Amino acid sequence: MVTVGVLSLQGAFREHLSMLASLGAETRKVTRPEHLEGLDSIVLPGGESSAMVRIAANVGLFPVLAERIRDGLPTFGTCAGLILLADRLTDDSLAGYDRLGGLDITVARNAYGSQRESFVAPLPVSGLDGDFHGTFIRAPQIVDVGGAEVLSTHGGLPVLVRSGSVWGGSFHPELGGDTRIHEMFLQTVGAAV
Amino acid sequence: MTESQTLLNTGLAQMLKGGVIMDVVTPEQAKIAEASGASAVMALERVPADIRAQGGVARMSDPDLIEKVIDSVSIPVMAKARIGHFVEAQILETLGVDYIDESEVLSPADYVNHIDKSVFKVPFVCGATNLGEALRRITEGASMIRSKGEAGTGDVSEAMRHLRTINGEIRALGAKSEDELYVAAKEIAAPYHLVKQVASLGRLPVVTFVAGGIATPADAAMMMQLGADGVFVGSGIFKSGNPEARAKAIVEATTHYDDPAAVAKASRGLGDAMVGINVNDLPAPHRLAERGW
Repeated sequence: MVTVGVLSLQGAFREHLSMLASLGAETRKVTRPEHLEGLDSIVLPGGESSAMVRIAANVGLFPVLAERIRDGLPTFGTCAGLILLADRLTDDSLAGYDRLGGLDITVARNAYGSQRESFVAPLPVSGLDGDFHGTFIRAPQIVDVGGAEVLSTHGGLPVLVRSGSVWGGSFHPELGGDTRIHEMFLQTVGAAV
Repeated sequence: MTESQTLLNTGLAQMLKGGVIMDVVTPEQAKIAEASGASAVMALERVPADIRAQGGVARMSDPDLIEKVIDSVSIPVMAKARIGHFVEAQILETLGVDYIDESEVLSPADYVNHIDKSVFKVPFVCGATNLGEALRRITEGASMIRSKGEAGTGDVSEAMRHLRTINGEIRALGAKSEDELYVAAKEIAAPYHLVKQVASLGRLPVVTFVAGGIATPADAAMMMQLGADGVFVGSGIFKSGNPEARAKAIVEATTHYDDPAAVAKASRGLGDAMVGINVNDLPAPHRLAERGW
């Protein structure tokens, strides 16, 4: 059995924890550096990235986690988690705080608009039969893909990408009950799903 | 409401969980809130303590102020409409706020009906003092519930009472057999399908925050330990001696709520808390929690 951590500083961590547990993974909330020990993988949930970077800074979590990600820890970031993993942001709204990096992409925060512009869209995802209903909530936009592999696009823009063992999505696969993207990710971690 | 709209509305509330939503009256305060790690801000002209002190009819804030707050931060912005004032809600939706609080802190516009929230594209949060009230708001389309507490007092006892009441009523439903839930639904004046859902989930079907009287890191941590998904802090931050330090400390205590050493650390050196009012000293007509039905 694999142990998957879920960054639990703020946001939709409970939804990821229960989806991962339903797929047979051992799960653990991560709020401090010592919680990273022995993890086989980590998921970074949606929430407010500006809250997460500040809360993480108080306990020195991100420099340690960033090193684990560089060393190959399989990582999946959704929405705010994608922002944490992006190597580049288009604005300086999180300047002065450690993020994680690991995904060779450029992300624009809140670029899909405010809550009024939030939407659900069917997404073709490579490796999945049948569309995945992606929930985009005040979503960040992937505006440039450097070396990352694109697994899904919407309106001509990438919405799910992968770079080695690091995955990122601008939508919320943890909402809505379809577990297929989590299953795909867990399979790369070596879990028998 | 369509299934997708429900997913989007309740989904944004999921993203706010584990966080602190702070009342702000200027763009500068909004920036301080964001810099402290707030997961959202509530834009309004007067914090509840001032509404209480100044009296008069309290209404939706000036659209100019709300827009300035929206432009000043990257986190979600909420704003308040009066209970039943659906046109204030329409205006807030037009302004592009991320969440509308149909709030007892403002003077009610309708003493019978709440806003039909199901016809809006922007999600709503509503206050509740008990389970029946929470489920009636959800029926009308609220996608997030908060305790009412007693806003603008800095006295956490009412928020505590409301959260304990809601939790206790949920536990009591869980102990009932299925055929007893029909009467339970009638008794709390809530739809049967929601009562049944709550009985099987063991919690409300939407994110549940606490509000009303939270003034210290310990207040926030206590509410989180009692099962709240997050906290609203109104007057407690910007009516205190050192808003920047207190805002940061309440965020810290909300994240690490189950770690007393971390809450103790967050509680140090914050200067004066808001002076506050004991709820028991408030004559009944001045209790905001009694607005809404």
